[in-house]
Parts: sequence; structure tokens; C-alpha cells
Amino acid sequence: MVSTLDQIFVLLKHWIVSLLPSVLQPVTGVVLSVVAIVCVFPALFAISVLLERKGLGRMQNRIGPNRVGPLGILQPVADGIKSLTKEDIVPTNADAVVHFMAPVFLVVVVFMGYAVLPMGRNMTLVKMDAALLFYFAAGASTELAVFMAGWSSRNKYSLLGAMRAVAQMISYEVPLLLSSVSVVMITGSLSLDKIVEAQNQYTWGLPHWYIFTPWGCAAFVMFAIAATAETNRSPFDLPEGESELVAGYFTEYSGFKFAEFFLGEYVGMLSISGLGTTLFLGGWSAPLEVLGFVPSWIWFFSKVMLSICVMIWMRGTLPRLRQDQLMNFAWKFVLPFTLLILVDVTVWRFMGEGWLRWVVCSAILLIAYVGIGRSEMLRKKIGPRSYRYAE
Amino acid sequence: MLGEGILKGLAETAKNFAGSFVSKERLTTVEYPEERLPLPEAARNFPFLVYDGPDWEKGMRCVACQICEKECPPKCIYIEKSKDKKPDFVGKMQIYPAKFDIDISVCMSCQICVEVCPFEAIKMDVEYELATDDRFGGLLLDRKQLAKPNEYYHKIHPTEATHVDARLAEEKTKAEAKAKADAAAKAKAVADAAAKGTVATTARTTESPKATADPSTSPAAADSAQDDKPLATTKAAEPSLVPAKTEPKKDGGN
Repeated sequence: MVSTLDQIFVLLKHWIVSLLPSVLQPVTGVVLSVVAIVCVFPALFAISVLLERKGLGRMQNRIGPNRVGPLGILQPVADGIKSLTKEDIVPTNADAVVHFMAPVFLVVVVFMGYAVLPMGRNMTLVKMDAALLFYFAAGASTELAVFMAGWSSRNKYSLLGAMRAVAQMISYEVPLLLSSVSVVMITGSLSLDKIVEAQNQYTWGLPHWYIFTPWGCAAFVMFAIAATAETNRSPFDLPEGESELVAGYFTEYSGFKFAEFFLGEYVGMLSISGLGTTLFLGGWSAPLEVLGFVPSWIWFFSKVMLSICVMIWMRGTLPRLRQDQLMNFAWKFVLPFTLLILVDVTVWRFMGEGWLRWVVCSAILLIAYVGIGRSEMLRKKIGPRSYRYAE
Repeated sequence: MLGEGILKGLAETAKNFAGSFVSKERLTTVEYPEERLPLPEAARNFPFLVYDGPDWEKGMRCVACQICEKECPPKCIYIEKSKDKKPDFVGKMQIYPAKFDIDISVCMSCQICVEVCPFEAIKMDVEYELATDDRFGGLLLDRKQLAKPNEYYHKIHPTEATHVDARLAEEKTKAEAKAKADAAAKAKAVADAAAKGTVATTARTTESPKATADPSTSPAAADSAQDDKPLATTKAAEPSLVPAKTEPKKDGGN
């Protein structure tokens, strides 16, 4: 079952470590894993940037970048060289130390989340019992980096962007956590390895992924919404809204520091996609029992890239929200709905096996969804817009 | 239902995404350096100098009249007249520009130079890839760079060029006809003069005994009789001189 190809990276690491004296072995093992993570995810960042630019182009009936290399696949390399060779400007009035620290801090914090993500069978850097807690603690620190950037720049746009970012991230942190809690309630563990193991079972060849349960599906949607907002992705990219705030909190960043913010954003996206995959899409488990022979890490990374593609698709479709819409959406729709999902999970947990819990749980969620939708629609007056002053 | 619009939007973008790979009409991008859109016939940016025939220096239509230089609003044209002359398209001797510079960094593409030119010598070009790393020398075009054949003019502005050619051809035929008429008139005048001369000589031969017989009564006759030979030569020369004087005036008016 556990093939060599599946465990190839683990075996490779063990072999390299075994070559060294026993004193150095634990340190080398950790360093090797860290190096692997720090190499693989920026590479995926480059791929997702290219995918995004090409995909968005196609969605807008454009061709997208196609000049550097065959079909433009070397575009990220060109972008990297460009950002490395650009002048690094620090505003005179900026707090130089904090200004310098912010992007570094962001990248470090974003990479910390990968420590607990199971990227394949036996491929977790730190097997932690409270992995989910650690992940959210590390993930929430990105707000600090963002606010450091906005505050130290001494620029109104930067500060406004940072304040928006903090408000948005705190608002969406709550539904993000609550939707994850539903998974924890079912699994009974905060350990991401255990969560994946719980989903790595098959009935009639079909997996036990949480997304295939009524509460899991709803929680995944809420998680996806909150995760998009957490990573400042469109349509929740108000903190860097070009039309209002130049570039938001990284207005005053240029050259490689800007690239670091960019890297942080995309690596954060990949990381939250990894978490979503782990919680709802069965992590590294195969989508069908018969496909179990394919290495587990292939499944994990393909699921992550699929989530990235969906995020790109969302970005290509939805226009940016207004600040009040953003806040209303978080506190008046997403948060109550995640709370309802928690109730639903409880019902699911205590109704026991059988078809009845499927019907009851689906009904609760559907009625609530339709009901919220109807009442929201009723309160909204949809029709021609009226303007108070400009007529 | 809630979220219906989002799903519709997602379907729309998905359709665009897939469609852009299938149908070429969706992609409106023109990949510039390799492919380019044909320019409209009225396109223009900077002026150029038209020349006829194979040699740009010989065939240059410009006669350095400097009207364009004087009319140019931003004063981007600089002309120096030549000391010698060369034949123009009708074969008449004209001065030509020894120097004709246009600073296209100053030119505002107003086309006034084209409108004022009486010789159809300056026209608007459509060449737009003029980027250079030398903003002084690189953007100051001399007459060699500006000179372009009439065929090129036909290529970029076919209708306009045909009209211009027709006008020039008409002018040429007119000039030729006039030259022919002048030649005929000259020949006739020569013939007349020759005839007169023979008449005069015959008259002189017949009258001479009379003149010698009565010199005091008609001194003019006596004078004419005496200076008969020089008078006849001036009369013969006169008709050829007069059209030569009037000709440039008429051409200048055109």
C-alpha cells in the first residue's frame, strides 16, 4: 500500500540524514524539510502567478503574457529579475526599521503555517496535537505585518489600507475559525494529521471527505469565503484597492520589498488552500479508492492548485465589494451561518449513522440559506438607482 | 436565490475562458510587432518629401520656395536654397533645397506644410516607428531621410496620390502644349522675320535708288535704309525673347 514513490521524499530525507553523524541528525532533518518547503512553495507561487495572469487574460478574452520563453512560461523569472534590480525607495519620514521589518515578518509568518500542514503521508514537518490552533495563531500574525507596513510608511493611503486590512481580517477571522471548528467537532482532534486520517476512509470506493456531508459542504463554502477575505484576494481586496488607495498598505514599497509582499500574499493563498484541502477535501487522500496508488503528495498539491484556480476564477468574475458591504457580509451573513453550521454539526454528531441525519442536516441548512436569502432580498430595493445630489 | 448572480457570473467567465481557446474572434488582441492593423488611408504623422523617378536628388519635387518653412506653426522646418539649378518635372530649371531638415520632435503633424505647398512636394507620412535613443540627432530628419519616392506615396495614400498625379500630368501637358505653341510662335516669328527681312532687302534694293535720290525729305527712311541690317536682326530676335520673360511669371502663378 505504502509505495516507495509515495514515500520518496521521506526516504530521501532519511537517507541524507543517515549520512551524517548522529549529533547533527535531528537538526539536519528539520533544516532539510524547511528548505524543501521554502523552495517548493515559492515555485508554486511563480506557477500560480503565471496561471493567474494567463487565466485572467483568457477570462477577459485577452492572450495574457506570452513573450518570455515559450508561451510566456518564463514570465515569473522576468518579473523576479525586474523586482530584484529595481531601486528600493524608503520614504524620508517612514519608520525605516519597521518599514524594513514588515515584509520580512509577513513572509516569515506566512511560511510558519506550513510547519503543520500534512503535505502527504508522513510528510508533516511538525506533528503537533494543536496544529490547527498553531496555524491560526501564526496566520493571524499577518495582520500585524500588514499594519506594520501601513503604519511605518507614513502615508495616508498606506494607513487607510492597513486599517481596512486589519478590520477585514479580524472580521473574517471569526467565521474562518468557526467553520474550522465544525471539522474539529466531528474529528475530535486539533491535529491536522488526525483530521486527514479521519477523511482517508472509503465507502463503496468513495471517500469520507467532509465536503461530501451537508454541514461540510456549507462549512467549506464559508471557509472559502473567509479564506479569500483573509488573504486579501478579490473580491475582498479592499486593503489594496487600486481605485481608491493606490496600492493600499504597500503603496510605499518598491523593488524587492514589494515582491516580498506579493510573495507573502500568494504563499498565504497557497497555505490557506492547503488548510482548506486538509480540513474539507481530505488532504492527501485520493478522491477514489482505486486511485490510491497515486502518491499522496500529488493529490495534496493538485488539490491546492485546484483551489488556487478557483480563487483565480473568482477574481476574474466578481467586482470588488464596498467596505460596508464587506463588513455586513461578514457579520450579518457569514458569521450567523457558521454558527448555524455548528448547530448542524452537533445534530449530525448526535443523530448517529443512517440516512435520516442527511435529510435533517441538509434541510436545516437549505431552509436557513433560502430564508436568509429571501429576507435579504426582501429588504433590498432592487431597481433603478436614485441619486440624492447628482440628477 | 442568494448567490445566483455569482453562479451566473462564474458561468460567463468560464465561457469566456473556454471560448478564447476555441474561437479566434474572441481574442481582439493584435500582437503588435509581428502583426499590425492596416492604417486608415487618412492616417498621418510626419511630413516627407516626394520625388519622381529613381534618383531622389534629381527627382525631388521641392523647389525650396520656403512657403512651408514660413507657414509651419511650430517652426520645425529648415530650408537652405541651392546656388545652382536643376530641371523640375516639366524640364524647367529650378532651384532646389540644398538643405531640408524637419525636427519631428517639434512637428505637431498639423499638415499645414502639405496644404500650402504649390508643388505637391511635401506630403504626410504614416511611418510611426520612429523611436530613437538620440533625441536630438535621431529626431532631426534631413532631406535624404525625408525623401521618399512617388510610388511610396501611392502606397500609403492611393486616392490622394492619384489626384496629385493627375493634376501634375495635366500641368505637364499644358506646359508642353505651351512650349509647343511657343516653339511654333517662335518658328513663325522667325519665319516672319525672315520673310520681312527678305521683303526689306527687296525693298531696299528697289528703294535704294529712291533713297539715294532724296535723302533730305525722309531722314528716317534714310536711317532705316542706312541701318537696315542691324534692325532686321533685332526684329528677328525679339519674338524669342518675349515669351522667355513671361514664362516664369505664369508658372509662379500656378
